[in-house]
Amino acid sequence: MCLGIPGKVVEIRDDGPLRMARVDFGGVRKEACLAYVPEVVLGDYVIVHVGFAISQLDEEEAMKTLEMLRAIDAEGVAMELGSMGDDSTAGPPAAPPPQLPGAV
Amino acid sequence: MSERRPMVDPFAVPAAGPDSAALDPAAADPSALACPAPIPERARVLLGHGSGGQLSAALMREVIGPALAAAAPGGPLNDAAVVEVAGQRLAFTTDSFVVSPLEFPGGDIGELAVNGTVNDLAMMGAQPVALSLAYVIEEGLPIEDLRKVTESVARAAGRAGVQIVTGDTKVVGRGAADGIFVNTAGIGLVAPGVSVGADRAAVGDAVILSGAIGLHGIAIMSVREGLDFEVEIASDTQPLHGLVAAIVAACPEVRVLRDPTRGGLASALNEIAAASGVGIELREETIPIPGPVHAACEMLGLDPLHVANEGKLVAIVPASSAEAVLAAMRAVPEGAGAVEIGRVVADHPAMVTMRTIVGSQRVVDMLVGEQLPRIC
Amino acid sequence: MKYIDEYRNVELARKLVDEIHRVTTRPWALMEVCGGQTHTLVKQGIDEALPAGVRMIHGPGCPVCVTPLEQIDKALAIAARPDVIFTSYGDMLRVPGSTTDLLSLKARGADVRIVYSPLDAVRIAVANPDRQVVFFAIGFETTAPANAMAVWQAARLGLDNFSVLVSHVLVPPAMRAILESPTNQVQAFLAAGHVCAVMGWTEYEPIAARYHVPIVVTGFEPLDLLEGILMAIRQLEEGRAVVENQYARAVKREGNRQAQETVFRVFDVGDRKWRGIGMIASSGYHLRPEFARFDAETRFDVGTITTAEHPACIAGEILQGTKTPLDCTAYGVLCSPRKPLGAPMVSSEGVCSAYHAAGRGLAAPTAVPLYELTRREP
Repeated sequence: MCLGIPGKVVEIRDDGPLRMARVDFGGVRKEACLAYVPEVVLGDYVIVHVGFAISQLDEEEAMKTLEMLRAIDAEGVAMELGSMGDDSTAGPPAAPPPQLPGAV
Repeated sequence: MSERRPMVDPFAVPAAGPDSAALDPAAADPSALACPAPIPERARVLLGHGSGGQLSAALMREVIGPALAAAAPGGPLNDAAVVEVAGQRLAFTTDSFVVSPLEFPGGDIGELAVNGTVNDLAMMGAQPVALSLAYVIEEGLPIEDLRKVTESVARAAGRAGVQIVTGDTKVVGRGAADGIFVNTAGIGLVAPGVSVGADRAAVGDAVILSGAIGLHGIAIMSVREGLDFEVEIASDTQPLHGLVAAIVAACPEVRVLRDPTRGGLASALNEIAAASGVGIELREETIPIPGPVHAACEMLGLDPLHVANEGKLVAIVPASSAEAVLAAMRAVPEGAGAVEIGRVVADHPAMVTMRTIVGSQRVVDMLVGEQLPRIC
Repeated sequence: MKYIDEYRNVELARKLVDEIHRVTTRPWALMEVCGGQTHTLVKQGIDEALPAGVRMIHGPGCPVCVTPLEQIDKALAIAARPDVIFTSYGDMLRVPGSTTDLLSLKARGADVRIVYSPLDAVRIAVANPDRQVVFFAIGFETTAPANAMAVWQAARLGLDNFSVLVSHVLVPPAMRAILESPTNQVQAFLAAGHVCAVMGWTEYEPIAARYHVPIVVTGFEPLDLLEGILMAIRQLEEGRAVVENQYARAVKREGNRQAQETVFRVFDVGDRKWRGIGMIASSGYHLRPEFARFDAETRFDVGTITTAEHPACIAGEILQGTKTPLDCTAYGVLCSPRKPLGAPMVSSEGVCSAYHAAGRGLAAPTAVPLYELTRREP
């Protein structure tokens, strides 16, 4: 369920009964209803599902997630070496990319 | 011979009211009683039968092909037929164009009608010589629209260097045609030494794509009723015979040329793989997809590999010629974005696969029926 | 595309795969509830990149697949009426009812129109005062706020020619039903990110505690799924069972209050039948009495509906995760995206269609050989 994609609010129209916006999704612009994200302003990113913004995208959290992912390797190595005690011959933990069963 | 558009548009608003007797969902349908899955799609032509995917192929294979059998030469059908006439190889093709709306970002039905047929000839390695033009016009079409479409035809023909030498005009009652149906047929001369065909791909060959995909289909979708989104892209409709001439000059042994129109890149490659009895392996990161096409596909839940193109081609050439062909293509404007996207392999014959970003292989299937936007 | 492409980064994906392999010491069975997640998992081959003992059981997260057959048949009966403009999301058009589907009905002349947003259906009603406009309101909690707003607007505009055919289902009751089943093998869940963007995750805390299952609210891009799987496996390996949020950029614990308020003004929780599974108590939304006049089921007398599922279709077991398409005798043979017997094969989020599109378990290639004319012997 739930094709919800992130887009940037580039225009807001408060004239009708519902607060509507023009949202830019990487070069495609479509109308979306902002009724459920009243705190959103021009320039904010929202997640849009069937023409409604259902959530404001938290850009800080987005960056944090990516940073955490980038940090994984270093953390993995540190943990591995730490848990090995003083076995100084422990090498980097990364296994080669797995052979995929059923890969064609 | 290939239809360019479904007979029923999923986005169309019916002009006349429905006949309620015909619609009873439980109404007995002879085919429904016989078959284990009682869905009567088999009894009527569906929009999906025109969309270039599996249903289209099934219609050809199960209905049209067998009915024509005695009158047709047999063998795999390519975009155009090559017939020998007094020692010359003549390419011959026909195509019908029904696009709604008539005008869309980047072109109109007139331009599409000329370029489409020129390209079908080009995909056989032929230089276009002459086109015919036939109209089936819906009563009530504004004269101004007719004039505009015809002027577009003239402009496109001039750009492609072909003449419109004969034609026909019919008018049908209101509601019987979507504004205007356009048919063009074309003849061209196949360059000597060139022998292209869907069944000619060989293991080891390089698969080359002339540029970014998805532009035409998304441009059309953006102006379809019910969807209407703004997008900074236009249809890529353009004649490709100049590009083909460049390819042939660099590599006369070019094996396959195909323009991935309805059904998209995936359907075209699947057809080639099946006709040649080979497998094709693609690499996802090499396939050029413009940002807005990618975005529109995300928004609508579509696969860019299934979206129609009107100004691109796939060339399959011996691996040793790949570099030369790429250089030749990039030297002309229509081929500026040419890239190698994969290889022909002996594994999994008739199947197209693609390496994904996590490193697995996924099967790239043909489009089944009409592409419908989804929410899930 | 910003905030999408970054979560498809190849290097990070492979790192996550490696890390999952590094932390996994025992076999585990995880379930992703959302069909969109299933789609990405299968399309990207993520489930096949996991350690051998880690199994992804695909949950009933496809609202198209679980819409009861009765609702489809009712939709078809209503759409067949000449006075009706039947509007629907594109997903529902090819779903097989007992005898036909909306797309085939459209081919026979019914006025069936695809809409992108439920507000489009309201606009069509305003523009066609002499016709009855019916909107097929399906979905999980994610889609409920939009569907609710359409009804709300119709009420505000005083429309008497607009109604909705409701088939809304809820995730937490389905999870409970799966966990309560004697054959349950699921040890951890990836919760549906956008459902939680609307509803928050407070409803999942009692489930995690009661059944001692880790639940990780997860997004839809490859990196989101891999990270969600990693977080779930870490909890399993450590013996923890709490709700965690992988999809922090879109989901807060309390969800979207505004959306929830509107949903509960228009809808009430009630029992719902799930296609292939059966009745699950308090697992769906129905229109509240104040909005009952917008209920298409009462506005149109559709007569008695006798449903008939295809006997070879095992959608029920697929949706419950007890079987995979590879266990189905009809899969790829009698049943394919071209001739679907059941919903999971026709919905792009359905498990069967995801498997089929990826070519899994199909001996012969799925591509149809190019048009070959029948040759006559000379």
